[in-house]
Amino acid sequence: MTYLYAFLYVGLLCLIAQIIIDNTNLSFGHVTSMFVVLGAILGFFDIYDKIIELAGAGASLPITSFGNLLYHAGLDGYLSNGVLGIFQNLLTTTSAGISATIIFAFIMTLIFKPKD
Amino acid sequence: MNKEQYQNLVKRKTPKENRLMNSIVAFFFGGFLGMLAEGVMQLIRHIFNLSILDATVWMMIIFIFVACLLTALGVFDKLVNIFKSSLIIPITGFAHSVTSAALDYKQDGLIQGVGSNCFKLAGSVILYGVVAAFVLVIIGVLIWQV
Repeated sequence: MTYLYAFLYVGLLCLIAQIIIDNTNLSFGHVTSMFVVLGAILGFFDIYDKIIELAGAGASLPITSFGNLLYHAGLDGYLSNGVLGIFQNLLTTTSAGISATIIFAFIMTLIFKPKD
Repeated sequence: MNKEQYQNLVKRKTPKENRLMNSIVAFFFGGFLGMLAEGVMQLIRHIFNLSILDATVWMMIIFIFVACLLTALGVFDKLVNIFKSSLIIPITGFAHSVTSAALDYKQDGLIQGVGSNCFKLAGSVILYGVVAAFVLVIIGVLIWQV
């Protein structure tokens, strides 16, 4: 069942993104930014945890999970160390994604030449 | 030929994109990637005997690595032309935007080119993610704690 929900959730997000891009002047940058904010809002209303329960790792794949992780990391920070904790904790859980992206992108940039 | 006629001509000659087809492709390939993510996560979990959380992070790192590699090989843009937004919305799109920006500005040097420009496209995701999360935490705290 998890596979079915993962399929539906990621597929639905991609479908919404494609409809927005085809019918408006917004670029991929606009849509991804909107989806990150959407993820944070879904996390705010505790909806995202339920999506993860249903869709498993599929729910962690889209960029919306980035917003959800940021929100929950900030909230955990507040609960452990007050307002200072928000600043200390906000980027902790998303660190893996950002670090991996930076490191792999840098290695690839050193190795490969840009095409055309 | 005046401006209006020219614009009509452009409108007529521009190939029409099949929006319905785009959406269907995006839905099914995006869904396939979601299933693949769950499958890869389960595989890692059973092989290395990890918790679901750790296996999920490994799965994301693998997806990011593959996206960076495909971008550097010049394949990713061709795949986006076929599979549309289904490759941009998952974390692969984030990895792609960083790698492609870094590669495009490689000629300007490592500091002023790669260093200054690698977050040219992905920066908006981090910026608005952090700002939105911060504001929502503050709102949540004001609502529930006071």
